[in-house]
Amino acid sequence: MKLSLRSSPHQHVRRDTGAVMRLVCYAALPGIAAQVVFFGWGVIVQLILAITTAILAEAAVLLLRKKSLERTLSDYSALLTALLLAISIPPLAPWWVIVIGSVFAIVVVKQLYGGLGYNMFNPAMAAYIMLLISFPVQMTQWLPPQSIAENSASIIDAASVVFTGFTLEGYSIAQLQVNADGVTMATPLDSVKTALLSGQTYSESLNSPMFNGAAGKGWLWVSIAYLVGGLALIKLRVISWHIPGSLLLAVAATSLMFYAVSPDNFASPYFHLVNGSAIIGAFFIATDPVSASTTPRGRMVFGALIGFWIVIIRLFGNYPDAVAFAVVIMNMAVPLIDYYTQPRTYGHSRRSR
Amino acid sequence: MNTLYEAVIERLDQNNLWQFPGGVHPPGQKERSNTQPIQRMSIPEVLYVPVKQHTGVEGDIIVTVGESVLKGQPLTRSSLPFAVPVHAPTSGKITEITPQPSAHPSGVPEMAITLVPDGNDTCAMLKPLSQYQQLPKSTVIEAICDAGISGLGGAGFPTHIKVSPTKPIDFLIINGIECEPYISSDDRLMREHAWQIRQGIDVLNYLIEPKCIIVAVEDNKPQAIEALTIACQDSEHYRVVSVPTVYPAGGEKQLVQVLTGREIPRKGLPADVGCVMFNVGTCYAIADAIFSGKPLTERVVTITGSAIEEPQNVWAMLGTPVLHLLTHAGYLPHKQQEQHVIMGGPMMGFTVTRLTVPVVKITNCLLVPAKNELPAPEDERACIRCGFCADVCPATLLPQQLYWYSKSKEYDNAEEYNLFDCIECGACAYVCPSEIPLVHYYRKAKADIRNLRDEKDKSDKAKARFEARKARLLAEKEAREEKHRLAAQARKQAMEKSDSGAKDKIAAALARAKAKKSQSTENSESPQSTAQEKKAQVQAAVARAKAKKAQTAQNETTSADKKAQVQAAVVRAKAKKAQTAQNETTSADKKPDADTASNNKTSGTQVQDQPEMSDAERQKREKIAQAIARAKARKLNQQNSSGDS
Ligand code: SF4
Ligand code: SF4
Repeated sequence: MKLSLRSSPHQHVRRDTGAVMRLVCYAALPGIAAQVVFFGWGVIVQLILAITTAILAEAAVLLLRKKSLERTLSDYSALLTALLLAISIPPLAPWWVIVIGSVFAIVVVKQLYGGLGYNMFNPAMAAYIMLLISFPVQMTQWLPPQSIAENSASIIDAASVVFTGFTLEGYSIAQLQVNADGVTMATPLDSVKTALLSGQTYSESLNSPMFNGAAGKGWLWVSIAYLVGGLALIKLRVISWHIPGSLLLAVAATSLMFYAVSPDNFASPYFHLVNGSAIIGAFFIATDPVSASTTPRGRMVFGALIGFWIVIIRLFGNYPDAVAFAVVIMNMAVPLIDYYTQPRTYGHSRRSR
Repeated sequence: MNTLYEAVIERLDQNNLWQFPGGVHPPGQKERSNTQPIQRMSIPEVLYVPVKQHTGVEGDIIVTVGESVLKGQPLTRSSLPFAVPVHAPTSGKITEITPQPSAHPSGVPEMAITLVPDGNDTCAMLKPLSQYQQLPKSTVIEAICDAGISGLGGAGFPTHIKVSPTKPIDFLIINGIECEPYISSDDRLMREHAWQIRQGIDVLNYLIEPKCIIVAVEDNKPQAIEALTIACQDSEHYRVVSVPTVYPAGGEKQLVQVLTGREIPRKGLPADVGCVMFNVGTCYAIADAIFSGKPLTERVVTITGSAIEEPQNVWAMLGTPVLHLLTHAGYLPHKQQEQHVIMGGPMMGFTVTRLTVPVVKITNCLLVPAKNELPAPEDERACIRCGFCADVCPATLLPQQLYWYSKSKEYDNAEEYNLFDCIECGACAYVCPSEIPLVHYYRKAKADIRNLRDEKDKSDKAKARFEARKARLLAEKEAREEKHRLAAQARKQAMEKSDSGAKDKIAAALARAKAKKSQSTENSESPQSTAQEKKAQVQAAVARAKAKKAQTAQNETTSADKKAQVQAAVVRAKAKKAQTAQNETTSADKKPDADTASNNKTSGTQVQDQPEMSDAERQKREKIAQAIARAKARKLNQQNSSGDS
C-alpha cells in the first residue's frame, strides 16, 4: 500500500488568510452603516466603485503575472484595501478619484512590490496620500452631515453627485458645502483648525454650527461604530490590542501635552480621538499586518509613533487629517523597529540585541 | 535568574502557576480513545525489534539468527554509557538481523532483530530488587539500565543517565501532561496504574533525592489527577499539580517554566535549573523493572482517528508492526482519501513510510484520520506577516522571520533569529492563516545548516592540512632557493676570478694558501733556537719555493710532475736515510732520546754515509737537514693529497 507522507503539524486552525481579511471587512460594517446614516449613501457608491476597480485591477495584474486568479482573489486582500480606501475619502468625491486610487493601491503599491506580503506600504493609505496630493480639492470636500440628509436622500442622488458632480436637483458639491448661514462647512478637524488660525480659541471654535445637534454627533457616532468593530476584531483575535491600544494612547498623550500647556490654542485629547479617522486608523488601518511591525514590542512602538505623528501632523501640517501620513511614515520604519524589538528567546539570558 | 525554591513552593501551594508565552488550544479529541481500559492484543506474527530505540548509541547484538529467545531475554548488551539494551518482547525464534524501515519520519532502514514469536510467551525475567532502598544506588541504576529503560515521553533519553544528575535537584518533575490532541495513553496509564507509577517515583526519589516532587497533569484529565492524588496522598513530599491545558505545556522546557518559573538555559539541561523530568510511562517501567524484574518490552499505544473503527489504547510489544495495531483496532482505509498513518500526535507526529514500521519505546500514538479530519494543507499562500505565529510561539521566536530566512536560505540570519531554539512544536504552523508549513521549512533549514557545519568542519580540517602542507612546501622551496642563490653567488665569484683567466693564478693562489698553511704548521712544530729557526726558515722558504715550483710544474706539465715526484721521492729517501742513520746511531749509543733534534750535543757518532763530516757541526747540520727533509716530505704529502682532492 502506498502511504502518503506529510509534515507535521497535521492539524490547522480553520482560519485562512481569506477568512482573516473577511473578518476585518465584517468588522467595518457597523462603521460603514454609521457613515451611511450620517453622511448619506455616497460611501456605498464609493465602496462599490472601489471594490469593483480593485478586483479588476488585481485580476489584470495576476493575468499578466500568470498567477492563479482564484487563489489570490480569494484571499480578500484586494477587497479590504478597496474598502479602507473607500471609507477614507469624501463620500461624494468624483468617481474617477476612487478609481484612480484603487488602481494605484493594487497595481503600484501592492503588486509591483511583489504582491500580498511583499508590499512595504499600506496600499490604501499610500493611495490616499497620492490622491490627496494630486487632487486636493476633491479630496477635501466633506459635506456636513445635515446637508447630505437634506440634499441626497437616496443612493441614486449620491451616485448622481459622484458621477456627474450634481445632485438630481442640480446642486453642485460646492453649493452643498455652504450651509444655510452661508458658511462653508468642512470636517470638524478642518473647522477647528481654521478657527484657531483665525484667532479664535478652541472652546469658541466648538461653538460653530458644525458641532451642533445631531450633526456634531455624526463623527462621534461613526467613531464609536468603528470602535465596536475594532474591539470585536481584538476579541476574535484577528488583531492584537498592541497597535490600536498604543496608538490611541499616544494620540491622547500627545494631544494632552499640548492641551495642558495651552488649552486655548490646542484641541482636547477627546476631540482628537473621536474626530477624523483616529479610530479607523487605530483598528483597521495601522493593523494591516503586511506593512505593520510584527513583534509584540515592535507593534507597541509602531502604534505609539503613529499616534504621535497623527497629532503632530494634525497640529502643524497643512492637511485635514494625518492618519495616512503617519501610517506611511511608520511603514518605512518597520524593518528597523522589527530589528530592534526582537523578543528574548526562551532560555536566552538577554535579547539577542 | 532562577526563581527561588521557597517562592516556587509558595506558588505551588497556592496553585498559582507560571505561564509560558504563546501556546495554542487545538481541540483535544481525547475522549475518543480514553474511555476504555487499556486492551491486550494478540501476539503479532512477527516483531521487528530495532536495536536502537532511544537517544544515544546502540548496544552490541548478542543473539544470532536461528537462536530461540525467551520473553525478556536481552537481545543487545549495553557496553557504552549511552547504550540501552533491548529485550525480546515474547518468546520465539530470531529469523533475521537486518536493517528494517524505521519509526522515523524518513523511514531510513535501521538495524532490527526480526523475531517470529512461538506463541507461548515464555518468560525469563530479571531479578527484582524490591528491597532497593537497602542497595547501593549504583546497583539500582544498573538494574534500570539493564531493563532497557529510556524516556517514554518523546526524546527517549536513557533513564539511567538522567537518574544520576551531577547537580543538586530541587524538583523531580513527573510529566503526565500529554498535551498533544488525540493521545490518551498516559491518561489511561495514570488512571489504571497510578499506584505503580507512584512506586516508580519512589525509586526515582531514592536515587535523585530531590527537595520536592511534582506530578504535573493537565486539567483536562481529572480522573488521572484523582488517581494520582490518591496514590500519592500519604506523602507530603509529593505534590500532584493540575496544569492548565494549553499546547505545548508538556514540552520539557515549557513544563519547567510553568511549574517553577525557571528557564532551562540555552543548550543547557533541566538539571542546570535544579529540575529533572520523567514521563509517567517511564516511572511505570522503572517500577516494573525494580519490583517485578520485567524489562521494558511493551508500552501503551493509543490507536485513534476517524478511520479507526474502535479507537482505544493497547499494550503493544515493542517491535509490533503498525499494521498489526491497525488491524486490531479496525482500520477503515476507505475513509481516507490518501492512505496515511501518523505516528505520534497531530502536532508533532510524523507519517510512517510503511505499515511494517514497528512500535518503539517512544511510540505513544497511531493516528489515522479520515478524509476531512486533518485535511492535507492546501498550497501555502504568501506570508501576510500577521504575526499570529509569533503570538503562539512558546519559545518567543519570530517564526515569520525564521520562515523568511529559511525559505530564502539566508541561514546566517535564521541562526541569528535563533532557529535552533525552535522546539518544532508546530504551534506556529497550526495558526498560520496562509497555511505555510513553517516547521517543515525549519527542519529543512536546520538540516541544511548542520550539513553545512559538518562540511565546514571537514573542509576546515582539510584546509588546515592543506595550509600545513603549503607552509612546509614553502619553507622547503625557500631553503632550496637560498641554496641556489648561494651556489649562484659562488659560481659568479668564481667566474669573475677566472675571467682574468690564467690557471696560473688559481694555481698560484692555491700554492700561496698551501705555503701559508705549511708555514703555520712549521711554526707550531719547531720551537727551536733562533739560529736554527732562521735556517729552518730559510729552508722552509726554499721548500716553499720548491713546493711552489713543484706544484706549478705538476699543474703545468706531466714532465714537471714527474720531476717533482722524483724530487719528492729523493727528498723522502734522503729523509728516510737520515732517519735510519740517526736511529742506528742512537741504538748504538743506547741513547734514549735519539730522534729529537735538540739532542745535538751527544758524543761523536759516525754516520757512515757521510764520512767527511764527523764533527758536531756536521751532526748538527745533519739533524737540521733531517728535520727539513721530514718537513718537506710531510709537506709534499700534504700537497699531493690536497692537490688530489
Ligand atoms: S502566521 Fe503565517 S502568515 Fe502570519 S506572519 Fe506567521 S508565517 Fe506569516
Ligand atoms: S515550531 Fe518553533 S517557531 Fe513554531 S511555534 Fe514551535 S517553537 Fe516556535
